[in-house]
Amino acid sequence: MPTLHFIATTMISDLNLTILFASVIAGAAPVVIAAIGETITEKAGIINLSLDGTILLSAMTAFAVAYETDSLLLGFGAAGIVGACVAGIVALFSIYLGQSQVAVGFVLTLMCRDLAYFLGNPYSRLQGPQASPLPLPFLKEIPFLGTVFCNHNLPVYLSLALIFISWQYIYRTSYGLKLRSVGENPEASFVRGINPRKIQLTYALCGGFLVGISGAVFSLAIKPGWGRPQGAEGVGWIALALVIFGGWHPIRAAAGAYFFSFLQVIGIHAQTWLPNAPAQVFQVAPFPLMIFTLVLMHLAQKEAVLNWTEEKAWLRTLIRMFSGTAPQSLGKTEISN
Amino acid sequence: MLNTNEDETMRIELQDIHKYYGPVRANNGVSLTIASGEIHGILGENGAGKSTLMKILSGFIHATKGTILIDACPVKFENPAQASLMGIGMLYQDPLDFPFLTVLDNFMLGLTDGLSVQADQFRNQLNELSASFGFQVNPDIPVQRLTIGERQQLEILRLLGLGIEVLVLDEPTTGISAVQKQLLFQALKKLAADGKSVILVSHKLEDVEALCDRVTVLRYGAVTGAMESPFDTGMLLKMMFGAPPSQPLRKAAQSGSSVLEMKQVYASGGRSGLKDCSITFRQGEMIGLAGLEGSGQGVFLRVASGMQKPALGEISLRGARIKGGAFPAFRQAGAAFLPASRLEEGLIPGLTLTEHYALQNKSSKFLIPWAQAYQQAQKCINLFRIKGQPQTFVQTLSGGNQQRLLLSFLPDKPKLLLLENPTRGLDLESAHWVWQRLCNYADRKVCIVFASSELDEILMVANRVLVFFDGSIIKDVKADETDADELGRAIAGKCD
Repeated sequence: MPTLHFIATTMISDLNLTILFASVIAGAAPVVIAAIGETITEKAGIINLSLDGTILLSAMTAFAVAYETDSLLLGFGAAGIVGACVAGIVALFSIYLGQSQVAVGFVLTLMCRDLAYFLGNPYSRLQGPQASPLPLPFLKEIPFLGTVFCNHNLPVYLSLALIFISWQYIYRTSYGLKLRSVGENPEASFVRGINPRKIQLTYALCGGFLVGISGAVFSLAIKPGWGRPQGAEGVGWIALALVIFGGWHPIRAAAGAYFFSFLQVIGIHAQTWLPNAPAQVFQVAPFPLMIFTLVLMHLAQKEAVLNWTEEKAWLRTLIRMFSGTAPQSLGKTEISN
Repeated sequence: MLNTNEDETMRIELQDIHKYYGPVRANNGVSLTIASGEIHGILGENGAGKSTLMKILSGFIHATKGTILIDACPVKFENPAQASLMGIGMLYQDPLDFPFLTVLDNFMLGLTDGLSVQADQFRNQLNELSASFGFQVNPDIPVQRLTIGERQQLEILRLLGLGIEVLVLDEPTTGISAVQKQLLFQALKKLAADGKSVILVSHKLEDVEALCDRVTVLRYGAVTGAMESPFDTGMLLKMMFGAPPSQPLRKAAQSGSSVLEMKQVYASGGRSGLKDCSITFRQGEMIGLAGLEGSGQGVFLRVASGMQKPALGEISLRGARIKGGAFPAFRQAGAAFLPASRLEEGLIPGLTLTEHYALQNKSSKFLIPWAQAYQQAQKCINLFRIKGQPQTFVQTLSGGNQQRLLLSFLPDKPKLLLLENPTRGLDLESAHWVWQRLCNYADRKVCIVFASSELDEILMVANRVLVFFDGSIIKDVKADETDADELGRAIAGKCD
């Protein structure tokens, strides 16, 4: 039975803040990429619900391709294509066949997961290639920040860059404006000379590609290898929730991803502090905690809560930061044209 | 592409336009010519094919048969963007914009291309354009915070930014305030003076008469006549309807016992909320609520019908105190409410007429008595002259028929009828029918309270008028002791 004193000392000695933050940044990379991919897709008005399955299928594909060809690049590319294909199915069924995005996406979630386990069986528990660390010269020397941000592998840098790029693209460019317009009102976009179907299909594919990449980041960098379970299970749902509670904004969605990663890292540390608790608790705990936090944040948008925060300026700004509305035509299948 | 030079005139000819939707002939051989620099009215009641014709001209839909000529040159538009490239822009009846994007984003969309946005350049262009028309639009707020009239202004500015020569407006005066209407008409006159053509689609005679140089009247998808200004109202009505409908008459107020009494009621909602409202309504009164959109009329009606709980104050129905916001109790006491947005608040899109009547049915049977509901639907369709079948989905009914359907849901013996813009978007014939129906209720000593944005309508039927301004009632007069001028001033907040 560990004494309180023991717990306190291990917490302090174990918890090196620099390493903690660095591992939060690294661990969040695939979730960030998936959440931003889905944000882009949903901004165009398409819900790709298949994330959880797609991530597993593309993780398996990435590992298998990289293992057979011994090329990480091909592995990432193949995973991206798998992700784009699955998203493409959702978009095609919705745009051209008028089928429900939710129904198609849900079926694909289950199918992709089973397909990944089935096809991935021969690659289970094999030693394969993985992304090697790539510390940025000079930058990594900066105390604290250098280790936290500049001492990772390529996918992690990609996730960091993607947050900024997608934010600028969506809110600062003409293309981004067109993307948002289609998600808000396809009919009005059509009147302004935009082809909503083309835009929706394009961004569904782009978003899907990123989701696929996120799967590859799992099997080639964060949790290298393939197995059942792989360790990426459930992350797709978290990414979907992050998009909604992040108010369809890439930066807020990414912030949520880092919080989720923080919970996971803390969970790993907590295992050593409380060795008597079953290990599964720490693996599972981040999921309900994350959902609980998201719900709390969403509750803050209720009128009663808003009235209550009227006089608490800092709380109000905090809530404002996290409020956002869904694209108005999100999930709708009919486009008159 | 056509050369739209400044001094060049643009002449549009529509030749023998046909548009069929299955067996329905929305346009049946329409031909008309629009010269540049004129304001051309397209008049006709709802369903006459006006909007269809204009959507064909603006490239939104394709004609089944017929040609469009621009300066004697036949053109074919694949989509609205092509039409606006040729200089034809349309303001649709339901604003086709993006409520959650900012005003500036809305303005830029369709104008910009490429990776970077020259937001500042467009901001300047928007500000210059809006200043030249006396419009006031803040580029940085989301469009959802604008009124319908302001959204129209933005859309007009955007079309002008595209460089259009012909502006088509579909029922632009529906749902905007008198002040905004004046501003709109001034802008349209300025455009015509600058040599641009304006096509005004309307079912309102007064708008057409006030603005247009020439009018073409449509009826059942075909042209029934054309006229140059000055217009002969009788002739126009005849072209629109065959025979002009008679006007319903204002009834003298009867004095009866109090139906609704409010004491110092405050409520939130709308743009201004409701402030310090004390009022008594009596049996047989027909009360018109005037005021700018969102000046408190909507909140008042919702509080009076028990849909909304007031923040403060007392409400009594037929002499008995009642708890604000207790809708079932209000209903029990005989209050009935008809909201303005028929499909959003009144009806349930996706359900048929029969299903609506089945819902209306109070019986608590486990299985739906379909036969009974079907019979009732059939009965009401005949009684209320609804153009539809029991199995028709409500969202496919026209506005007028939706309103008839809603009226058929009203209880048989109400004490207090509260109506929000009961004739909005209805053609004259349907509006007339609605008022006849309501006058019947008034004869049976029912107290009727209605909000309307049309002063003429209020003065025509109401025997008492309340004017709302910024959430308060600033005028309460008998209808025969006031006139449109005085009410108009009160609506703008000037009370003498």
